[in-house]
Amino acid sequence: MTDKNPIWKFFISVKLTVVLLLTLAATSIIGTLIPQNANPEAYFRTYGAFLYRVFDLLNIFDMYHSWWFQLLLLLLTCNIIACSVERLSSTWKLIFPRKISFKRSIFEKIKQNEEFSDPRPPEELEPAFTAVVRKSFGLLQVEKTDSGLTIFAEKWRWTRLGVYIVHTSILFMIAGAMIGSLFGYSGHVNIPEGEQVDRVQLRNSNQVRQFGFEIQNNDFSISFYPNGTPREFRSDLTIRENNQEVLRKDIVVNDPLRYKGISIFMSHYGEIAPEKPPEPAFSADNIQLSFRVNASGMIYKRKAEIGKPLDIPEGLGKFVLMEFRESAAFMGQNIGQALVGILTPPGGQPVEVTLPIHFPKFDRMRRGDVVISMVHENKPAHAQQNPEDIRYYSGLQIVKDPGVWVVYTGFIVMIVGILITFFMSHQQVCIDIRKKGKKSTIRVVGKANKNQLGMERSVQILAHHLMDSRNHEKRKS
Amino acid sequence: MNSSQLLSVVTFGYAVAATLYLAAWIFQRPFPAKLATWTAILTVLGNLAGFFMRWAESYKLGIGHAPMSNMYESLVFFALTIGVIYLYIEHRYQNPFVGAFATPIAFLAMAYASMSPNVNDRIQPLLPALKSNWLIAHVLTCFFGYAAFAIAFGVSIMFLLKLKARADGKGILAFLPQRRILDDMTHRMVLFGFLFLSVGIITGSVWANSAWGSYWSWDPKETWSLITWFVYATLLHARLIRGWYGKKIAYLSIIGFMAVLFTYFGVNYLPGLHSYGAS
Repeated sequence: MTDKNPIWKFFISVKLTVVLLLTLAATSIIGTLIPQNANPEAYFRTYGAFLYRVFDLLNIFDMYHSWWFQLLLLLLTCNIIACSVERLSSTWKLIFPRKISFKRSIFEKIKQNEEFSDPRPPEELEPAFTAVVRKSFGLLQVEKTDSGLTIFAEKWRWTRLGVYIVHTSILFMIAGAMIGSLFGYSGHVNIPEGEQVDRVQLRNSNQVRQFGFEIQNNDFSISFYPNGTPREFRSDLTIRENNQEVLRKDIVVNDPLRYKGISIFMSHYGEIAPEKPPEPAFSADNIQLSFRVNASGMIYKRKAEIGKPLDIPEGLGKFVLMEFRESAAFMGQNIGQALVGILTPPGGQPVEVTLPIHFPKFDRMRRGDVVISMVHENKPAHAQQNPEDIRYYSGLQIVKDPGVWVVYTGFIVMIVGILITFFMSHQQVCIDIRKKGKKSTIRVVGKANKNQLGMERSVQILAHHLMDSRNHEKRKS
Repeated sequence: MNSSQLLSVVTFGYAVAATLYLAAWIFQRPFPAKLATWTAILTVLGNLAGFFMRWAESYKLGIGHAPMSNMYESLVFFALTIGVIYLYIEHRYQNPFVGAFATPIAFLAMAYASMSPNVNDRIQPLLPALKSNWLIAHVLTCFFGYAAFAIAFGVSIMFLLKLKARADGKGILAFLPQRRILDDMTHRMVLFGFLFLSVGIITGSVWANSAWGSYWSWDPKETWSLITWFVYATLLHARLIRGWYGKKIAYLSIIGFMAVLFTYFGVNYLPGLHSYGAS
């Protein structure tokens, strides 16, 4: 190897592979212990001034995109390419010679073998055995010897290329990642229900990208399990291009919308703080009061007028409304619109009663014999908000990644490559048939470039099939 | 009987099997070995039954999903895959001694699942992010990978113990299989594990892309699975190219399994998106 370029020699070394793989493994650990891409102030607080400067210099806070990590990946890529080119070019002629020949001496050295005898002479065995062997092995050669003949056969020579398939798949993945980072983008956008956006601010940058179309959030809906955790949340989206509706789809997590190379993912959601509805104007004409008597539990409804005394049912006294206050006060708090009246229990002192319009159960606090409240025709404004009335925004992840399909191709190629490399081998068999009087002794040997134990099993099976051919012959005649 | 009760029995089953395998090894008797094998077979069948029972129970609760969505369920599945792969090995290599090193791992997984206060065995409904067909493919392949690596780890321990065996052929270590058989077994398990881990990472990646828009975001779980992958890739390159055999491979296999454990459990203590495995 002295004639080789030293740079080439560096890159074709497997020692480099081992060093790179272990370094990538070790440095990747750092990025999982130190949270990535967080707030600079948080880092400063956690690690202090000195470590913060050191980490920042080494780009530890975004280390997987740092120059030195990318350099390691680049070195690994060069290592893969160099090793593959080097090995393949020097072994191609050995793997695929112009004429495939079998070396008897190699087979004779193999200890593990299957030996058996057959009552037929070698010449008769040749057609029978070649028929059997052809069923499992593609290539066959017959050699005549002094004492009989030898059948050589092989298959799956091409599987020696399996390892290059696996390494090529890694190159696909790296290429796909590069295409994605050069020509793709991703960002996050919140769209309140009913609104639309036509651009997104990119992640980790101030850049803004326009889509060339609008995304409108028609509706966000969410459902919960009985235990309160989210069951499903979805956004009903419309894509509008040139003021025309082009596409409409509901998206949920795991089912995005894809249009013109851009993918829109249901990421998260939030509530938009409800606007306070304006206070309804108070009308003194139609005041209905309800009187709930605690002892009997009965509720009585009476029409009331300001200044006009009422008899409280069940002889519980008299009640008269005095005035309407726009911003009534109770213990220093503004409780909004309220009616104020005087309740005179039988034989007791008169007491002021406040009836806030928006808090029907307010009078309970007085702990009187009767609870008075205003009866409303409409829903009170401050009632518990119905989930349907809450206004949401949809948090959408917008991604454009033209490299994804290249990466996926790499995935498929890797799986196929691993299956071939690990579980398929270049197998050769040698069936040596020797004349023994009028009969033959047969010795079957096999070899493979991997999984020799498995090859021994295959040889056993082949030998059994060869022995069986005797019975088939008998049946034929 | 519900699935949790059955799985508690299964836990006990793995303990009994482990004890019997150990006894068979230490006392070199065929009877405990046969008994151990039958115990293991029944336990694994129970484990499988418990898995399907829990699946059915979730449907009865109206929140039907494959039982592969939280820590309890994954531990049960982990024990199951170890059991299945181990029984295949015992059949293929006709050697019960590996049982003494494989069934204890299955037992530990089930024991942690059944008894740890941190692991909740209640059937929970699936969060929106987990509602995908990829869940089964991804979890299944990852755990077959983890299980193969767990067994490789056990066999590597056996190898290191065998190194200390006395030259005169006496002592319990002499009864362990030959070093070259243990070495070959480790290698075969690593090949199997590496294939499944690769498919596991790939299915996870494709799923992440359809759920979150990114096939790789360097989150701790993804990164640690890659670290595990790098360690075993190193092992394969060292063996196939540099001709490393025996002790060095055993050590790499052990380091690899430590990485597997961190990928499985350790990452739940780090912040990130992959926290489903935590509850």
